[in-house]
Amino acid sequence: MKHKLLIGVIFLALASPAQAGPRETIMELLAAEAQVANSSYSGFSAAAGEALFLATFTTGKPETTSCTTCHTNSPSNVGETRAGKPIDPMATSVTPDRYTDQAKVDKWFRRNCNSVLGRECTAQEKGDFLTFMINQ
Amino acid sequence: MRIISILFAALFFMPLAALADDDNVPPITHPLVSAECGACHMAFQPAFLPAQSWEAIMGDLSNHFGEDASLDTDAMAEIEAYLMLNAEQGRLVSADNPPLRITELRWFRHEHNDREVAWLKENRNVKTMADCAACHRGADKGYFDDD
Repeated sequence: MKHKLLIGVIFLALASPAQAGPRETIMELLAAEAQVANSSYSGFSAAAGEALFLATFTTGKPETTSCTTCHTNSPSNVGETRAGKPIDPMATSVTPDRYTDQAKVDKWFRRNCNSVLGRECTAQEKGDFLTFMINQ
Repeated sequence: MRIISILFAALFFMPLAALADDDNVPPITHPLVSAECGACHMAFQPAFLPAQSWEAIMGDLSNHFGEDASLDTDAMAEIEAYLMLNAEQGRLVSADNPPLRITELRWFRHEHNDREVAWLKENRNVKTMADCAACHRGADKGYFDDD
């Protein structure tokens, strides 16, 4: 009897997909969106996300030319807004509850992509960026 | 006897009320306003600016002092209503060109002149004069009478 139960538990653990938390859902939606936008989509890249994080742009607002303007050049560091308020580190290894609220993720990509790049970010860019932050 | 004690109480508390001068402002009592307006900078109390100013600021949130601070329409309407309702009263300002920065108002420049601003930035690590709480420890509660 005990043996059967154990087999059942192992079976269930193998059969059920990886637990889909809110962050996984956010990433899956971005992947689906990226696929629709580009048929040759082949996944997200942490390296591309890092490059985006460190890049300097001239197309956005002059006060915010890079993510690093406020977030520093390391996702593990506490950042600082231009008005002097601390910003929790971007890396999920340091701030575990980041990227778990769809509305919050949408709001800050909308604002900050417009501030820094002067346009919306693509689903590919958002996915790359988050992949970098989650792998930190 | 009861009336006398009420009168006495009124006399006792009157000077306190008179002492609460205009260096203090009513605190923000709306959680969404505190959270959204306080995400990047101190949530400035609405009594610091007249309604015309808040209307102009809320009308251009995607160009908010060098950043996009846009909100969804529901949050924006709720916050704007609170700011307008609790705005500074009695100041005559141009509706076309209202003041947008508290730090450029005449009384502010009087309280914190150029020399003081330079000193604060040099010696007190005050990054910007918008960071009231760097010195005014009760700033978020509307208490500015500690200078």
